[in-house]
Formats: sequence, C-alpha cells, structure tokens
Amino acid sequence: MKEFVLLFRQVDTDNSQASPAEYQTIMKKWDDWIGGIAAQGKLAGMCNRLSSEGKVLKAGGVITEGPFVEVREVLGGFIIVKADNIDEATTLAHGCPAVDCNGSIEIRPYNL
Amino acid sequence: MQSEKEALSNLFQTEFSKMVAVISKRFGLPHIEIAEDIVSETFLLATESWEVKGIPANPAAWLYSVAKQKTLYYFRRNKIFNENIIPEIKATTEHSIELAELDFSQQNIKDSQLQMMFAICSPKIASEAQIGLALRILCGFGIDAIAEAFLTNKETINKRLFRAKEKLRTEKVQLEVPIEEQIGYRLDNVLHIIYLLFNEGYYSTTQNKVLRKDFCLEALRLGIMLTEFKQTNQPQTNALIALMCFHASRFDARQTSNNDFVLYQNQNDNLWNKDLIEKGKYFLNVSAVGTELNSYHLEAGIAFLHCEKKDTLEKWENILHYYNLLLQINYSPSVALNRTYALYKANGKQEALIEAKKLRLENNHFYFTLLGELYTGIDNSKARESFLKALSIAKTQTNKQTIQNKITALT
Repeated sequence: MKEFVLLFRQVDTDNSQASPAEYQTIMKKWDDWIGGIAAQGKLAGMCNRLSSEGKVLKAGGVITEGPFVEVREVLGGFIIVKADNIDEATTLAHGCPAVDCNGSIEIRPYNL
Repeated sequence: MQSEKEALSNLFQTEFSKMVAVISKRFGLPHIEIAEDIVSETFLLATESWEVKGIPANPAAWLYSVAKQKTLYYFRRNKIFNENIIPEIKATTEHSIELAELDFSQQNIKDSQLQMMFAICSPKIASEAQIGLALRILCGFGIDAIAEAFLTNKETINKRLFRAKEKLRTEKVQLEVPIEEQIGYRLDNVLHIIYLLFNEGYYSTTQNKVLRKDFCLEALRLGIMLTEFKQTNQPQTNALIALMCFHASRFDARQTSNNDFVLYQNQNDNLWNKDLIEKGKYFLNVSAVGTELNSYHLEAGIAFLHCEKKDTLEKWENILHYYNLLLQINYSPSVALNRTYALYKANGKQEALIEAKKLRLENNHFYFTLLGELYTGIDNSKARESFLKALSIAKTQTNKQTIQNKITALT
C-alpha cells in the first residue's frame, strides 16, 4: 500500500460567523468523514485543522502575514491515507466536507 | 456468608502478592522463586496450624512473622545465599545486621508492590507469558486458576511462567520505580497489562464466572493501587479505572445463570451495578485534566454513555464522535464495527450501510451480522444472505444461536 496526501483547499470562510448549530454540523461532517477513512484502517496521519492566521517567509527574508497564496482558496489542512493507487485515494476523498463548501481536495502521492 | 475456606483462600491470594513483593525486594528479583517458595511454605504451615488452633486474631501478622522466620532459615542454611546473595545485599544495604529482617510495614509493602508491577509489566519481557506472570505474582492467582482461564493445563502454565521469570533474569529487570523521564512510557506498559488482565476476565472463554469476575476486580484493584502514588496517579490511570468500572458494572447483567451472554440491548439495567457506575464517574472526572486525550479516555467516555440505557440521538452522536477519535488513535476491526453501529444509530441505516460495505472484514462474523442488521428492512434477501454468511463463519454456539435468532426474526 502507498500513501497519499489529501490537501484540503477551502474558501477562507470565517467559521466564527456561523451559528453554534451550523458550526456543529460542519464539525460533525469532518468528524464522520475522517472517522470513515479511519474505520477502513486507511488513515496514516493528519493535520486537519490549520489555523487561518500565520506568516509567510519569502525570498530575501521577507516575512508577510497571510494570505498565503494569491488565490481565493487557502490550505485548510491535510490527512495522509493508505491506498493501493491514486484512484482508490481519490475515492476516499469523496465526501470530504471541503468540497461541499466550494473548496477542493488535492490528492498527491507521498514519497516516503 | 463467606465460608472459612473461602476467607482463607482470599487472604492467601491477597497476601501472596504482598509477601512475594517484599521478600523479592530483599533478595532481588532474580530470586523471585525463593520468595514464592517461602510464601507457599508459610501458607502450608498456616493451613495446618490454623486447622488445629483456629485462625489467629491477626492472620496477616501471623503470616509475616512465619515468613520472617523461614527467611532467616534460608539465610542460615542455604549456601547460595551465603555465597552469592548476601554479598550482593551487603553492597547495597547499610546495615548488614538487618539483612534477613523483612520489613512488612504498610509503606514497604505498598512500595514493593509498585516496584513489582513495573518489573512484571516491563516491555523487556513482553510476551504472552506476561499476563500469566501478572496473574500469579501481582494478583496471587493459583496455577490452577490461570490454567483454567487460558483453557490449558498446569504444566503449560508452569513452563510459561518459568520462561517469563528466566526473562526477568536475562534482561536484568530491577525492582524499582522508573526514573522520571521514563515513567510515562513505562506507566503506559503497566496500564496496558492491567487492561489486558481486565479483558482476560471480561471476554475470557472460560465458563467459570466467579473466576472471570475475580480477574476483573483484581485488574481494578491494581489500577486503584497506582492512584496511591503521585508518579502513577496520572489522567490515563484514572481513565482506565473509569473504563473498568463502567464495564464491570454490567458484569451481572451480561451473563445469565446458565452462562449465556446477554446482548447489551437486552440487558436488564436493574442488574447494572450503580455503585460501580458512580465510581466510574468519579474516576472519569479525575481523569479529565491535562491536555492529552488518550484511548482510555475515549473508551471510558463510550462506556459511560452506554450506562445510560435510554436511546437518544445525542447519546449516539457522542458515541460516534468518540469512536471517530478512537479510530484515529488506534485502528482495530472491532472498533471499526462498533463505530459503524454507532453511525447507524446516529445517522441512519442508509449511510451506515454505505460505510459498512467499505470495511470488507471478510472473515469476521460480527461484520456480516452487522451487514445483515443494516440490510434488514432495506433489502431483506440481502439481509438473509449476510446472516447466513455470518452463521457459516461463527464458531461458538452462543454466537451461532444469536445469528440464528436474527434469521428467524427476518421471516
């Protein structure tokens, strides 16, 4: 089995504006989706809650606050899954809540 | 009322682990067999003497004083002791006069038992024999009882224990509490062995209900003993105790007098032990400190939620959440199955069925039983097919009967 990184790219939404009930619903979706992958014994690692603030270091020692990339999507986090091939890894990505929120999920082979 | 015989055997069981720990502490762990011999001889003498004269007012003190005499006898008579052990002890003891004097103070008993726990649960001797050794040395169970639990004979158990003790020697395991930097991971090992001991009792295939309950209570006792020391009274220790309390609370409800198992849904909750549930809540509260969430917390949380018999959506959503987290820490097929059951109760059959199909636990009868249950009402012919598959894999009569009942209910 190989390992693949699933990178979540999301529109930078401010969850603090969501009502507690909405927030709960979003959290539950993530929880159940990752739980489903773990239940298949295919979760190899995770860092699924990157905070939206942070810094960027650029050439010449330039440090900026976010945004991290000049696109409307930011990296929300990632998980590492075990799969036989990229198609299977892509199947695992289905159901990821990021996609429901107009985000996308990038599936990349992970070279050990 | 407890018979005198039972009372004696309980006393011997409790005192065995204490006395072996104290004597081993004096002679060194490599000579643990001598400690066992001295204690066994002491018990033999006690049985003979008490039969004639009656049980003394303070039987434990009686045992300690006989053990002290027997130890002195060993010191005088045994060549090995004179030539090997005494120089060893002399090197580490300040007062050589006190060499043979055993210290049976409460504090020394406790300290020695804690050190023995760390020694027996050392990762260096990890093996299947380790559980047997823990049952013998830490809990004082007889070889007969251990053999019965493992569905084997005394000879096999004796061989296993011998090998495990041999390992204690070759790996030079010491009777000591690990240093500060190592205590975390060493404690994890101790907790793991206690957890296995508990499971040995809770899920054992032996029919002897009393024995199985004893195993569980012993595991609980060892856990509680760890809370008496600052170094080992950690959140994970308390979480494990909570978990054991919640499980043990259902001990009487989950088995009928004919030794048949009663599924959780069918249990009479009047038989649940309320006292143990309250104790579990106490330890769960104590465990909720610090930043680390480990698998014992999650399992205890799940077990706690099961102590509420009423089915509510909130309850099942919480159980599902804990299972999701538990799988991220520790995957196992049975946790994956339980998680899928919780998913059914929280999110409905359709969603659970989709997820269940992904699990593909081909040789697991619980898996096909769950599939059958999820298909029931959605596609009864597939439900039947799944149950039949489960029936063909199931091994024990109890499991087969449970599945057969489900097939009958289907038609």
